Amino acid sequence: MSKKEQHTVLQVPAIEHGTVIDHIPSDATLTVVRILSDLEDLVTIGINLSSHVMGRKGVVKIANRKLSPDEVAKIALIAPRATISIIESYEVVEKYTVTPPEVVEGFVRCVNPSCITNHETVRTRFSVSKAKDGSLRLRCAYCERVYDQEEIDIV
Amino acid sequence: MSFAGSDVISVADFSREQILQILAAAEKAERGQLPMFKSRKVMAVLFFEPSTRTRLSFESAMQRLGGSVIGFADASNTSTKKGESLFDTIRMVENYADVLVIRHPQEGSARLAAEAASPPVINGGDGANQHPTQTFLDLFAIRKTHPLFGPAGAPPLRIGFLGDLKYGRTVHSLSIALSHFPCELVFISPPSLALPRHIKEILTDRGVPCLEGERVEQCIDSLDILYVVRLQKERFADQLEYERVRGAYVLQASMLAHVKPNLRILHPLPRVGEITTDVDRTPYAYYFAQAGLGVPVRQAILALVLGLV
Repeated sequence: MSKKEQHTVLQVPAIEHGTVIDHIPSDATLTVVRILSDLEDLVTIGINLSSHVMGRKGVVKIANRKLSPDEVAKIALIAPRATISIIESYEVVEKYTVTPPEVVEGFVRCVNPSCITNHETVRTRFSVSKAKDGSLRLRCAYCERVYDQEEIDIV
Repeated sequence: MSFAGSDVISVADFSREQILQILAAAEKAERGQLPMFKSRKVMAVLFFEPSTRTRLSFESAMQRLGGSVIGFADASNTSTKKGESLFDTIRMVENYADVLVIRHPQEGSARLAAEAASPPVINGGDGANQHPTQTFLDLFAIRKTHPLFGPAGAPPLRIGFLGDLKYGRTVHSLSIALSHFPCELVFISPPSLALPRHIKEILTDRGVPCLEGERVEQCIDSLDILYVVRLQKERFADQLEYERVRGAYVLQASMLAHVKPNLRILHPLPRVGEITTDVDRTPYAYYFAQAGLGVPVRQAILALVLGLV
């Protein structure tokens, strides 16, 4: 991370213990916050921070909490380049880039109103692929519609 | 490769070899060379929305194989009316039949039925999504009129699609199925009803040469197959726009003056004015013969999934 970027991340106050989600597309930052459950401790959010790689990005810092595998999978769908750092005593003890799952089950709603999943009690299922530009495409296993990552509705 | 017990839900699930296997069995069915069932087999037809051709051709196909048919052609007299879910209806019906054919207005319903049922499920049309047996029928029509899968090195077939290519499910399924075979595809539609991007991407990824245009006159003379679909008035946000473009998507005999002698015109039917009746009398019209292939193709599919061949 360049000094400029370090400074940028610090525009959002550091946390003593917890998780930092970095490199979120700016306009997806609030969606990332929305999908996290049990946010009882401090959450700080930065939007439109400058980024060497992304131009502008979002950062979310959550005190005293780690992410569940389901939450990481959801974040990977809306922010496929996000990095997640685990912080202990102000130090990064673990850092990784999210990996979009190949199949997502149960937590994405098909936005096609004619899809059977919106009429029966069915656990939704989507296969995930990467387009040439690196963005994600999700294909509903039932109605076979294909969606861009910004079109999907995470529940 | 054994088909026995398989579901037939989406063309996307089928490999080139499996498609060729279906077409070979359809040829046998046409020649009367498919065996009959040795034990009593029952097909349930569950038609939650109306259909004449698909249902009758499935019933005829099953009876020609020596099987029998139960089912309904209208969901209004079933327990669906009482609020029973599709999943529960299928769990009940699967006890009564060896194979289920379902047509349902909601997209993905056939996939759900296949997950609910143990016997094979055949999709007879799930809303705007898939109608795989129509696609196999279309491929069989192309195979009967051209050496589609002919000698290696033969020039690829040039196949045109004309009409509403955005919502026409038969066009999506057929173009994906054709991507397994040497061909060039030409898509002719108003810009607002062009082929969806995700279908185009699949074709491009598979190396299928694709062209797009707005006027059939610009390419009809080079085509081997022209597949026509309906331009539906309700798909246009602006009715004036519909009135303006519709004329360009009506095929008339006068447009066929310089076409290749082997051109064949296909249409999934019913047509509503997009091919004028003077085309019927030309040697290029194949749509009525195409509709007649529904029975052997469905015989082939039933025979395969029930392990008869």
